[in-house]
Amino acid sequence: MSTTSSSQTSTPGAAGKKPDSVLSRFFYAQRGDSPFKLLMIHLTLILASIIAIYPVLRVLTISLRPGDRLLSTSLAIIPEDASFENYTKVLTDSDFLLWVWNSFAVTGATSIIGVILASTSAYAFSRSRFPGRTAGLIFLLATQMIPAAMLMVPLFILAVQANLIGTYRGLVIAYSVTSIPFSIWILKGYYDTIPYDLEQAAMLDGATQMGAFYRIILPLTTPALAIVFLFNFMAAWNDYLLARIFLSNATEIWTWPLGLQLLQGQFTTAWGQFAAASILVMIPVVTLFLYSSKYLISGLTAGGVKG
Amino acid sequence: MQSFDMNVITRSLGEVGSTVFYILVGIIILELIIYGIFGKLLKSRHTLPAMLLGPAVVGLAVLIVYPLLWEFNLSFTNMSLRRFGDNAQYTWLACQDNPQEVNSWVTDCLIKNYADVFRLPVLKQAYFFPVLLRTILWTAVNMFFHVAGGLGLALLLNRPLRGKGVYRTLIILPWAIPQVIAALAWRGEFNYEFGFVNLMLGQVGIPPLQWLTAPGWNFVAMCIVNIWLGIPFMMVILLGGLQSISGEYYEAAEIDGANGFQQFKNITLPLLQPVMTPAIILGTIWTFNNFNVPYFINQNELETSDILVTALFRAAFQYNRYGFAAAFAFVIFIILLVYSIFYIRVTGALKEVNA
Repeated sequence: MSTTSSSQTSTPGAAGKKPDSVLSRFFYAQRGDSPFKLLMIHLTLILASIIAIYPVLRVLTISLRPGDRLLSTSLAIIPEDASFENYTKVLTDSDFLLWVWNSFAVTGATSIIGVILASTSAYAFSRSRFPGRTAGLIFLLATQMIPAAMLMVPLFILAVQANLIGTYRGLVIAYSVTSIPFSIWILKGYYDTIPYDLEQAAMLDGATQMGAFYRIILPLTTPALAIVFLFNFMAAWNDYLLARIFLSNATEIWTWPLGLQLLQGQFTTAWGQFAAASILVMIPVVTLFLYSSKYLISGLTAGGVKG
Repeated sequence: MQSFDMNVITRSLGEVGSTVFYILVGIIILELIIYGIFGKLLKSRHTLPAMLLGPAVVGLAVLIVYPLLWEFNLSFTNMSLRRFGDNAQYTWLACQDNPQEVNSWVTDCLIKNYADVFRLPVLKQAYFFPVLLRTILWTAVNMFFHVAGGLGLALLLNRPLRGKGVYRTLIILPWAIPQVIAALAWRGEFNYEFGFVNLMLGQVGIPPLQWLTAPGWNFVAMCIVNIWLGIPFMMVILLGGLQSISGEYYEAAEIDGANGFQQFKNITLPLLQPVMTPAIILGTIWTFNNFNVPYFINQNELETSDILVTALFRAAFQYNRYGFAAAFAFVIFIILLVYSIFYIRVTGALKEVNA
């Protein structure tokens, strides 16, 4: 990651630079910053990193505390008598695995549908001029302003009347659709950066427009598709509100955010289990996120927030 | 506790799978209908875009447009838990049952729910305007720290620096963590006796604070959590913007003798504008609409910590005043709409849509 970014970074001021001291060479200075300034920059960044990760480390700490020492006033990162008791407990004595499985089934299916629907629609928005195009784009932007809680009221009542409460039906449809507007915006911005000549060349060679889209545009937009998939996946995986409304009290089909809230609610008895479950959920999500963050950065800046 | 075995696995796979199957069948039928109408019947040159857009349009219509229209209708009824479904009446019909209570037909009957948003408590005690002011304060405080923190860190990380990748990965972490987990974990850490916040305050000699029960401190706690969560996003977006600024500008400025601050003010800020403006608009709307942080930190306890969207959730799902909540929702929506139109007018942020 550092190599990709530093290659883009400018190195201004190289012309009038003084010879580097040993210390400033160590800190890889090219701007002629003084060693003291570099030290301050590093200290600031170290402080920011600590603030960013300390609360997460605390979750790890609590997850490693044995049951009888859950409520401790110690601030040590690794507790003295660390044990995996909470992990075994949450895996065997609670519905955690079931909740994660449910989340996985729902999230996987819905994010794939979401990407398919968004990629085709965004292609139409990028390449075709049809009546209502501008209005459609503004509508998509406007949907981002709707507070989630505002949609919950009618969705809940409509779902009650359609007998969709306590099943996956409503949830799967809702997840597939709610992420579409944002995905279209990202993808449209990305398609716009690809010259139309590419498809025209393919069509001259006898490909249909859909064929050109499938063979040329889709492979070129893989990073953007990955971002959109990731966004859809994260949005559904981390969603609490829709799941709470649609799944109601049917604990056997709950997704993990509902389950975790239940564990956290029993503060004194299950705090350790909540922490262990959080760590288990976090590891794959954070890994996926950090791995894909280079796509994320390039995709977001190339498409979504292009000026 | 449920047992986690093959039965459970196949059950949820079956339910999800069948729903996906119905969706796919629906899409195919829809495509055939569109092809039939646009391609064969009208011979329109817009057949391909219509087929590409069809499924998303229908999905958005069913899940966003229709519910919103339905909610608008709902906002003129007295639907609640007691008067659910067909038992609900339009407020002007309900008026006829007790005409002696009517002072003004418009505000007491026609737009009763909308009038109630402004004249009655939206929750048990909290009135609309204090909640609105709190939401504005919440948005302003959060956005200030998001932009200031994000810009500061992005500027530092945009320099040639050893270990840049490590710093960035660590600082991005709060963004990567599921909001539900972050907010719930922070709530635990705001515990009076055992949370690290009070323990750390104790180390520097400050007496512990009532983060979860004192109204003012609860609001501060919400802000701390959301600032912590939001800075990485701003930082990443702004860093992307900074990296796209060509180094030549700075070289030229340096030759002309501009100092660091002048370069920042005259080169960095203007050239960052196209990236920063949409990020701030989006960020403001997301913060204004942020549900998870206030909801999980406060857990529906203190009314003094509710912002508009959590108050809306409580009005609907705790007090079950559906008709009233629908009106409340539209009032919130109009506030956001006015803000966005104002902002777009001022900054011209939507130019590219018309391009």
